[in-house]
Amino acid sequence: MRSLIGERQWPALSATAYVHVLPPAQRFVLRGDAAARAAAESALGVPVPQQACRAGTDGARAALWLGPDEWLLVAPAADQEAQGALEHALGGLAHSLVEVSHRQLGLLVSGPEAERLLNAGCPLDLDIGPFPVGMCTRTMLSKAEVVLWRTGTQEFRLEVWRSFAPYVTAYLAEAARGI
Amino acid sequence: MLLINCPYCGERPEPEFVYGGEAHIARPKDPDSQGPQDWVRYLYRRDNTRGVHAERWRHTHGCGRFFNALRDTTTDHFLVTYKTGEPRPDPAKATP
Ligand SMILES: [Zn+2]
Repeated sequence: MRSLIGERQWPALSATAYVHVLPPAQRFVLRGDAAARAAAESALGVPVPQQACRAGTDGARAALWLGPDEWLLVAPAADQEAQGALEHALGGLAHSLVEVSHRQLGLLVSGPEAERLLNAGCPLDLDIGPFPVGMCTRTMLSKAEVVLWRTGTQEFRLEVWRSFAPYVTAYLAEAARGI
Repeated sequence: MLLINCPYCGERPEPEFVYGGEAHIARPKDPDSQGPQDWVRYLYRRDNTRGVHAERWRHTHGCGRFFNALRDTTTDHFLVTYKTGEPRPDPAKATP
């Protein structure tokens, strides 16, 4: 796979906020009802959240709530079993399971000023109270739609559509100059 | 920034939402019995309310769901939001 960010300077950082590209991963968007959710949960062995805007993790696999019947499922690129297990478990149920591994890119935004850096383009309140660890949501980062997931007190994972990645990374690099 | 209370996600900034037109416009259950004037009413006639208006919104850049809202078109104040399929709330009793 050709790297779209190629020779750009990485990481874009200030002294207090860092951006790193995450390694390739497998990604699936699952749409379905309660039965499909439960089947995916037992197939993957991770909690597939029913609560809005929450992510469930177990090891390197994760399930992110995107909507009342929509989840983003993430597994490491080397995970050989995830896709087969999902397809097998969901076989007899009404659902849609779309493989979107290469559609988007994972970015890790971290550091004591990570919240401020993201708030340069994201209007959500990212304070640890209203946006705790384990919270995730689709939202806007300036003009690009992203999935934002808080994985630590000073650490966020961004899922960015591949064609938006140069824009988002350049935007964050520019914002970091002001921190 | 204007915050809109998504029935699924809670209060979220307005840029995540897209307006979806007047709410509670039901497609005729028996299309064959409808005359041209009925279709005109269903497709094109809207109230253009000055004051409290029931309208559809979509949390496009969030959970992706459509929902309904009562909004005062003179002040842009959202009185209440509610899920699609729920009856229109009484504006007097609505709490944002
Ligand atoms: Zn929502």
